Amino acid sequence: MNNNRFMERIKVGLWRDNPGLVQLLGLCPLLAVTSTFVNGLSLGIATLFVLCGSNVLVSATRRWIRPEIRIPIYVLIIASLVTCIELVFKAWFPSLDRSLGIFIPLIVTNCAIVARAEVFASRHPVGASLADGIGMGAGFTLLLAAVGFVRELIGHGTMFAGLDLLFGGEPMPGLVLADGGWLLAILPPGAFFALALAVAGKNVIDRRRVKKNSTAGLGGRLPR
Amino acid sequence: MEFERREAPYLAPTASVSSIMLQVLLALIPAALAHVWYFGPGFIFNFIIAAAFCVSGEALMMRARGREPALALSDYSALVTAALLAFALPSLTPWWVTATGALFAVVVAKHLYGGLGFNIFNPAMAGYVVILVAFPMHLNLWVAPRMGDIDYQYLSIFETLRYTLTGSLPDILTFDAVSRATPLDAMQSGLKNARTVAEIQTLPIMGDFGGRGWEWIGNFIAVGGFWLLIRKIIRWQIPVGVGLGLMLPAGIMYLVEPGSHPGPGFHLFSGATLLCAFFIATDPVSAATSPKGRLIYGFGIGFLIYAIRTWGAYADGVAFAVLIMNVAVPAIDYLTQPHIVGHYDGDEDPLEPANDGEAP
Repeated sequence: MNNNRFMERIKVGLWRDNPGLVQLLGLCPLLAVTSTFVNGLSLGIATLFVLCGSNVLVSATRRWIRPEIRIPIYVLIIASLVTCIELVFKAWFPSLDRSLGIFIPLIVTNCAIVARAEVFASRHPVGASLADGIGMGAGFTLLLAAVGFVRELIGHGTMFAGLDLLFGGEPMPGLVLADGGWLLAILPPGAFFALALAVAGKNVIDRRRVKKNSTAGLGGRLPR
Repeated sequence: MEFERREAPYLAPTASVSSIMLQVLLALIPAALAHVWYFGPGFIFNFIIAAAFCVSGEALMMRARGREPALALSDYSALVTAALLAFALPSLTPWWVTATGALFAVVVAKHLYGGLGFNIFNPAMAGYVVILVAFPMHLNLWVAPRMGDIDYQYLSIFETLRYTLTGSLPDILTFDAVSRATPLDAMQSGLKNARTVAEIQTLPIMGDFGGRGWEWIGNFIAVGGFWLLIRKIIRWQIPVGVGLGLMLPAGIMYLVEPGSHPGPGFHLFSGATLLCAFFIATDPVSAATSPKGRLIYGFGIGFLIYAIRTWGAYADGVAFAVLIMNVAVPAIDYLTQPHIVGHYDGDEDPLEPANDGEAP
């Protein structure tokens, strides 16, 4: 697998087929834990690791997995990986573990991971699957972090609060811009609004690019 | 000689969106005056702020969508949204709360869904719910109705305006001195403290049915509503449905246990019931459209209002009930499509030749 195709997989995961923005998969954690930047980022990173691991394992064993029972096997693989991640969180980031709570074990049910196993890893070699896992995981992580950032900024009036959950040490209040914020942004509806605006934003940017390319002679298609 | 050639329908409808919306606004005037009389000039400030933000939000969104702003502004629907929002707000509401609700109503609930005619949610109620959820502490300041014998510190026009613009009261007054529980609040907290309905209704804010002052606003809303009914701007199904949906369960529960369930009269004349029945639920865009569907839609709203008031955390549930039933409208309309004239369901279709299973 050469460098070019690796970068292409990353680009696809980050933008063109972003699991949150385009496939609209894994919305449950996306909506539930993105009340702050740190929460979104850390759950995103956990998902990234699970996604890479499951893609590699599914791809490596794809010749032996019988198609009739492939989904239970994927879930088994994903569940083992999630258990590992959960234990890592409990051992090294106990406060983060408390803050994310049930949503770490719930990564098992994140349909974005099963979808990548089914759609990509079960049909591609290990290297490509790893690249796909990195791209998709990074795309998901960035979206979680971005939504968390916006909701925290509007809802709490802070930026990057609680980085100590990730890095340890003294409690970090982050950049405090205001005493309080607009409560709605931290409530569940705020997550829907933030996600909807993110999807709308992506569509606007894509449409602009299509327009530019149609005038540039690419026939109105997105450059891939 | 040239003859004018006309095709059916021969009677051109005189109704246009702007004339309907104007008549709705006119019908709200008596209730608005009563509101100002009982709860002070705050209503006027709220309406002006809501109208300013609704209209400018509408103009902004029309521009952003590449359309002519005057097109949307000339139909007065933004003003109706503003008026309904102003009725929902307590007379002491800081301007930014009103502005948030107005902008959300027009920008998100109306124009992001495609503008007037495409919004699935009632814009005014969507805006109200957003500020109710986002600023719960700012929507509690209902002043006491101006009834003379209720012990209460009245605010002057300037003090009201000052609160609207800055969110602060005169230094000598506290929030407790100017605000009173609404009848629904008093009923809910009273019942929670194990008092009986009869005891709660001896409170000075309670009138014959609902709260004092509130009842009169309700009457004037009903007057406006009946005028709209006579003008055929609204149909009878939704108001009747809301009334039935609310008063049937209320009546049954009242008969079963009058000590802990206020009667149907209290529910009818409290909170926003009448406003909902005549003006909110009858929004032509977000309501059901078939006659039977309108009855079901209204009944659902009425029942949900009762359920939220009785078992919910909020004192009044009109906005939530309307939004929930808005979601059900496509299903209701689908299931209650009227028959095409001359067509029948099932076996008795006279247009089909009878089939007795025998070969002719």
